Amino acid sequence: MTESITVENLSKRYELGALQEETQLRDQLVRLLRAPFRKRAPKEILWALHDVSFTVEQGEVVGIIGRNGAGKSTLLKILSKITYPTSGRVRARGRVAALLEVGAGFHEELTGRENIFLNGSIMGMKKKEVDAKLEAIVEFSGMARFIDTPIKHYSSGMRSRLGFAVAAHLEPDVLIVDEVLAVGDAVFQKKCISAMHDMRGGGRTVLFVSHNMAAVENLCSRGMWIANGRIQLDGPVHEVIEAYMASFASADSAFSELTAAEGRRGSGEIRFTRVEFLSTDRDLQTVTRCGKSLVIRLHYRASKPIERPAFALRLYTELGTLVTDTGTWLHGLDIPLVPVGDGYLDLEIDSLNLLPGRYYFSLKLDSCLETRVYDALEHAVHLDVEEAPIYGSSRRIDSRYGLVFFPQRWRLDGIGSGAAIDVSPAASG
Amino acid sequence: MGQWVSEIWHSREILYFLAWRDVKVRYKQAALGVAWAVLQPLFTMITFAFFFGKLAGIPSDGVPYPLFSYSALLLWTYFSVTLSQVGNSLVANSSLITKIYFPRVLLPAAAAFGGLLDLVVSSVFLIGMLLYYHMTPRWTMLLTPIFVGQTVLLVMGAGMLLAALNVRYRDVKYTIPFVTQIGLFVTPIIYPVTFLPHRFQSWLALNPMTGVIEGFRACLFGGHVDWDVLGCSWIVTLLLLLIGSWHFRSTERVFADLV
Repeated sequence: MTESITVENLSKRYELGALQEETQLRDQLVRLLRAPFRKRAPKEILWALHDVSFTVEQGEVVGIIGRNGAGKSTLLKILSKITYPTSGRVRARGRVAALLEVGAGFHEELTGRENIFLNGSIMGMKKKEVDAKLEAIVEFSGMARFIDTPIKHYSSGMRSRLGFAVAAHLEPDVLIVDEVLAVGDAVFQKKCISAMHDMRGGGRTVLFVSHNMAAVENLCSRGMWIANGRIQLDGPVHEVIEAYMASFASADSAFSELTAAEGRRGSGEIRFTRVEFLSTDRDLQTVTRCGKSLVIRLHYRASKPIERPAFALRLYTELGTLVTDTGTWLHGLDIPLVPVGDGYLDLEIDSLNLLPGRYYFSLKLDSCLETRVYDALEHAVHLDVEEAPIYGSSRRIDSRYGLVFFPQRWRLDGIGSGAAIDVSPAASG
Repeated sequence: MGQWVSEIWHSREILYFLAWRDVKVRYKQAALGVAWAVLQPLFTMITFAFFFGKLAGIPSDGVPYPLFSYSALLLWTYFSVTLSQVGNSLVANSSLITKIYFPRVLLPAAAAFGGLLDLVVSSVFLIGMLLYYHMTPRWTMLLTPIFVGQTVLLVMGAGMLLAALNVRYRDVKYTIPFVTQIGLFVTPIIYPVTFLPHRFQSWLALNPMTGVIEGFRACLFGGHVDWDVLGCSWIVTLLLLLIGSWHFRSTERVFADLV
């Protein structure tokens, strides 16, 4: 196997606050006049990447995961030569194509066809190549009808189709892809993923950044988890994803303190303080089994009176697939005012029809009146759902059998013996 | 430097597409289209011919004043319009710079070459004027592309410097129109060099566009050629090209972080 990418002791430093400050010559002159001999105030320094080294073999498909701001995008930008490292070296063999934004460099006034030529050329295709592949690109994008329309009339979905269509025909030796699947509809996402599968088959090296763990696991053989500018874990994709998801979880399973949670967003006038898993009698429930009832109690603390907030909760699988999204707004509930102080809401679930496994909750508190997020926590809390004889049989039913189950029964009267089985899982709850 | 040049050579198709894009976009949804390339210097020439040629009676070296000023405005319009486009080329394409790698110098270069189309179109009008005024054809007219080429080099030299500075200091954006406005008067466009008192003439020679326009006119209309002015103009042009490309090369690594 030949090495496709070699990264040695890569570091990238950003000086925070330095950017806006220095873009006006006047500010520098003023400072110089005021205090000609004083040294400049030390700037806050951020190491977006710190001493990162790894190699990627030709044909490997590597999924890069990590929280926002961990340094993933900086790494991709350095690998694609868009920005330069503060120290360290990168070597890449062959043609490198970076897809950091679908349709980067598209011009509004040009038609789809013209943009294919422009974009393809900037991404490194020769005109002859674009000529030869034009038909295939147009067909892949599914935009044949609008190909001679200026793209200012395109929707964002149409643009990303066209952009990915060009990229899919680049035939690079190394493809770098950053979160492009976040846009576009499900059908198109599927198409993109299968196009990336094909590239993998063609012996291409692919680096793929995504928050969609299912896509990462599906596409990649190797995972790389980046945290705080360093490689936290590098190995088989499944292990890395599990370790990454586990990092979101806290130790105790019946409740989670959220006051010191990291990585939360929002303005903070009102915040989630604690999540508890309770039984219907409102006792702490240390074990939650599938098919049983569950009460999720969301504690909050408001430092100001909050008018018409909306509480919301999203449930994810361990691989980051959204299972369900619920909230007071979706239920049409109006909370006129939350007074200052502590309080809680209960979400009652009669029968938790999740199959066994670990699930994660993201919490969000925003306003119904304006676009303002008070508090948002991603994957803040996890819930382990334990096995239970949901179908009334003694069969072991675990995560291999899917994510959810429905109240159901099999009817066998049609077989002829007349035997019928009637088991309703909810009945045992 | 050699590596830089060879990388640019390999990316010449990108240069072509970027220049093509600039041209295409410039005249999209403009009803008069490429006619604007002529209208701009034409109306300036008419204004100048009336105020400076007719009312003020500024001499024009024996050439009809409209022809005298239009020939200079041809190059000056290219210079001033393109310089501001080249100077803004990096900032205007920030979305490209932060998302795709390609030799950054192609952006100013594309702006400089894209402007040439306008120059070609307005040159056709100049040929028409030469015929109208029954100017005698002379072989030196074939040398005019040299001065067009020099203008391109000048725009590239000054433009690369300004474009790179503009990434860090947005003041540049305000400086360029101001400088080109003043430049209109400290370049022999409205008047011939000989119109100035002698002691100012050598100062004027430091402006590289002086040599370009004097040389261009000499090729078209004949007459005295001041080789010192031409030489000075080339030295300044090449110096700017050197400084511009050196500064561009030494800062292009941080463009994506700053732009």
